[in-house]
Amino acid sequence: MINLTVNGQAKQYDGDGEMPLLWYLRDLLTLTGTKFGCGKGLCGACTVHLDGQAVRSCSVSMDRLEGATITTIEGLGATGDHPLQIAWAEHNVPQCGYCQSGQIMQAASLLAVTPKPDDQQINDAMGGVICRCGTYQRIRAAIKSAAGGDS
Amino acid sequence: MKTIKQVSRRDFLKTGGVFVIGVSLFGCGEEKIPGVAKKATLTGPWSPDVFVSFDAEGNATIISHRSEMGQGIRTGLPAVLADEMEADWNRVTVQQATGDARYGDQNTDGSWSVRGFMQRMRDTGATVRLMLEQSAAQQWGVDVSECKASLHTIIHEPTGRVLEFKDVVAGAAQLPVPDVEQITLKSPDQFRYIGKALPIVDMHDMTHGGAVYGADIRIPGMKFAAIARPPVVFGKVSTFNADKAMAVNGVEQVIELPAAEAPAMFKALGGIAVIASNSWAALRGRDLLDIEWDDGANADYDSARYKQALLETVRKPGTVLRKQGDVDQALGSSVTTLEAEYYAPHLAHASMEPPAAVASVTADFCEIWAPTQNPQSLIPMAEKVTGLKPEQIRVNVTLLGGAFGRKSKCDFVEEAVLLSKKLAAPVLVQWSREDDIRHDYYHTVSAQQLSAGINDEGVVHSWRHRLAYPSIMSTFDASVGEAAAFETGLGALNVPYAIENLSIEAGQAEAKVRIGWLRSVCNIFQSFGVNCFTDEIAHARGLSPKENLLELLGSDRTLDFTDVGLEETENYPFETGRLRNVINQVTDKASFGRELPPGHGQGLAAQYSFLSYVAAVVEVAVESDGSWTVPRVDIVIDCGQVVNTDRVKSQQEGAVVFGLSLARDSEITAANGKIVQGNFNNYRVSRISMTPETHVHLVESSAPPAGVGEPGVPPIAPALANALFAATGKRFRELPLGKKLDLKVTEQASEQSDA
Repeated sequence: MINLTVNGQAKQYDGDGEMPLLWYLRDLLTLTGTKFGCGKGLCGACTVHLDGQAVRSCSVSMDRLEGATITTIEGLGATGDHPLQIAWAEHNVPQCGYCQSGQIMQAASLLAVTPKPDDQQINDAMGGVICRCGTYQRIRAAIKSAAGGDS
Repeated sequence: MKTIKQVSRRDFLKTGGVFVIGVSLFGCGEEKIPGVAKKATLTGPWSPDVFVSFDAEGNATIISHRSEMGQGIRTGLPAVLADEMEADWNRVTVQQATGDARYGDQNTDGSWSVRGFMQRMRDTGATVRLMLEQSAAQQWGVDVSECKASLHTIIHEPTGRVLEFKDVVAGAAQLPVPDVEQITLKSPDQFRYIGKALPIVDMHDMTHGGAVYGADIRIPGMKFAAIARPPVVFGKVSTFNADKAMAVNGVEQVIELPAAEAPAMFKALGGIAVIASNSWAALRGRDLLDIEWDDGANADYDSARYKQALLETVRKPGTVLRKQGDVDQALGSSVTTLEAEYYAPHLAHASMEPPAAVASVTADFCEIWAPTQNPQSLIPMAEKVTGLKPEQIRVNVTLLGGAFGRKSKCDFVEEAVLLSKKLAAPVLVQWSREDDIRHDYYHTVSAQQLSAGINDEGVVHSWRHRLAYPSIMSTFDASVGEAAAFETGLGALNVPYAIENLSIEAGQAEAKVRIGWLRSVCNIFQSFGVNCFTDEIAHARGLSPKENLLELLGSDRTLDFTDVGLEETENYPFETGRLRNVINQVTDKASFGRELPPGHGQGLAAQYSFLSYVAAVVEVAVESDGSWTVPRVDIVIDCGQVVNTDRVKSQQEGAVVFGLSLARDSEITAANGKIVQGNFNNYRVSRISMTPETHVHLVESSAPPAGVGEPGVPPIAPALANALFAATGKRFRELPLGKKLDLKVTEQASEQSDA
């Protein structure tokens, strides 16, 4: 039995320990805001926070999560919109929207550690999250907006 | 009309108290509707009543009948209707249409949603507005000419009395529908939403995890399926063993699906399906299947060998598609002749959402949820698979997590319907990324040879373009071995240059995989060949790329290619002056030709596609070790009337990234008929660090609206290659260019010979 917290709620899991967190969230908890993109940690669409840090949920198995605290896109703005969610709207960032949960979760993790990231820090942190629609320029601007800097 | 009423009532019941205005003004005569593109007239009766409804509070629901895949159409077309209806956009909810012919064409493809439907949406909005005004006039006992709709209210202008939409909707619904001749469209200065920057309607959902895509549908009792498909197209299962798959916790069943035969059409590929209680068990079980495949006739496909064959083909004369003067004679008498070959590989769509679909088939009903570009196409497919009648089939369209042409093919949806029928349970078919990359309808692989001759006055007097690539038509007719006019017509057959002697030729090329259309289709490589070769000509002539390009374009004129088999699009003449204008604008905005830091270079390219005119200037920075970046891109688009300026800009920003992806990183190859690449480690696409500072400029125009989603892509790869030439003095004629250029290549800048 694995005990963990997801978006502030206590959860227990007693299934196959090898199941990746992604599928636990999507198929067992029906938290479908976290997306499947590659299954190999190559695209970042499935990014969530594990104890506050951005991780690829497709590559974290459930048996590693005893006592873990997970935050997904559904839980990010639980106590009011996250500054990134506001900035995303200001800059009209999404196109198809599919990768945006992962983008926002990755960016939130960046800002938690680096409140005023420069371009290089944004590239380094966001480089693992692919947007096939090509919204990168607006992602960069929105992160800077949320950081309170110029955009 | 019976069906329409029934469906409207269902919507009515679902939301409670919805009131539908029943208008059917366009049912009688399509040709009465002005400004509707030819394609739209082929789509059957037009019934705008299905597009607008009001609830008891007067809030409007507007239907989006086109699929949303990032282009913003769920915002754009409903906003057009709302604008003409004088609705308050804050009181409008957008609802996605199911697949149904009553909406007209729903095949969201070819960059024509706004072109095809803007006028219809305006007419519909203006009709409803007039009916609301008439209803108010009746209540007040005044003439309708004194009543004016304004932001969800009707104002009696002489007295200033006001009624809200909710007060007049019921009365309006009782009125006869006015003729289209009676309605008055707004003048552009009266637009509230059209031509402005409007936020997308799905913003909150997309930033809070609430947006629903194909794999996000959950139905009680739903099974999850993953499928092992033949690694070679039209291969078959010889034998298989599912013991290891069945041992996976959660796997319930293994089902063999019938193999597909040529032509590919949009048919499911067959293979072995693993059914499980969750996606992971299904995918894992699928990976553990032991299958022996009979690969079939396409197992000989080898990209390296095929490339050589294509290049050999374009070195020989092909079928002449367009001919002017005598090219061979002119080339022979040139003072300078140039010749160059270009090659571009297969590409995969690789939308971030891998294909996924849900179907629920019972004895008397089939319901589908799918991220489809073409919902109506799923109905005949489901009829065939289930034996049910069209009225027993319902197609729900989810958001599309990117599509780029892939999701207009329904092979992945057919799999869900097949499995749901067999299991008598709802089924979600989930494709992995490897499934997506290896079982795509690929952008075709191409070789081109271009030749030009310059006479003793420095004039380019001959142009020969030889092409060879498998045709999209091979997907529908396996015997097709030559490119179709609708393909060569994307930038090769309709090359706009004023050159005296000209020949466009196509060679034979057999398809060995499923070929499909990808964002901007053959423009991708034809624009690459034509614009790069144009740059080579500029260099040979000692002219600036801009001066050369404008000179080849010649005097402003309207071009007509109907005599070489291209369809004429009514109201959309190909005007070279508009292409000249975007070239002038983009070179101004980018300060083209300005002094640059060492290692930097600028490149220019222009392309007419999907009835829009686009030019781009790309700036590159090349390091001495051959690594390179793109600091800046300027792109100018003239797409006629703009609906949502923000979405037109975002589409061009995205097109720049899409163009850089395919120019630098992306390549699909086959070995023994199997696709080599499988995930983003070896099918690479652009990431944030490669994203240039992109400046998008929209040409203000009152011309009819043209394409937006695709036309930004074609100029990017050639402008980039031309910039790399400017920076390094070396020509790069093969895509993808790669992360690092080989600067040691000793080959001359162009294969130039002085006669």
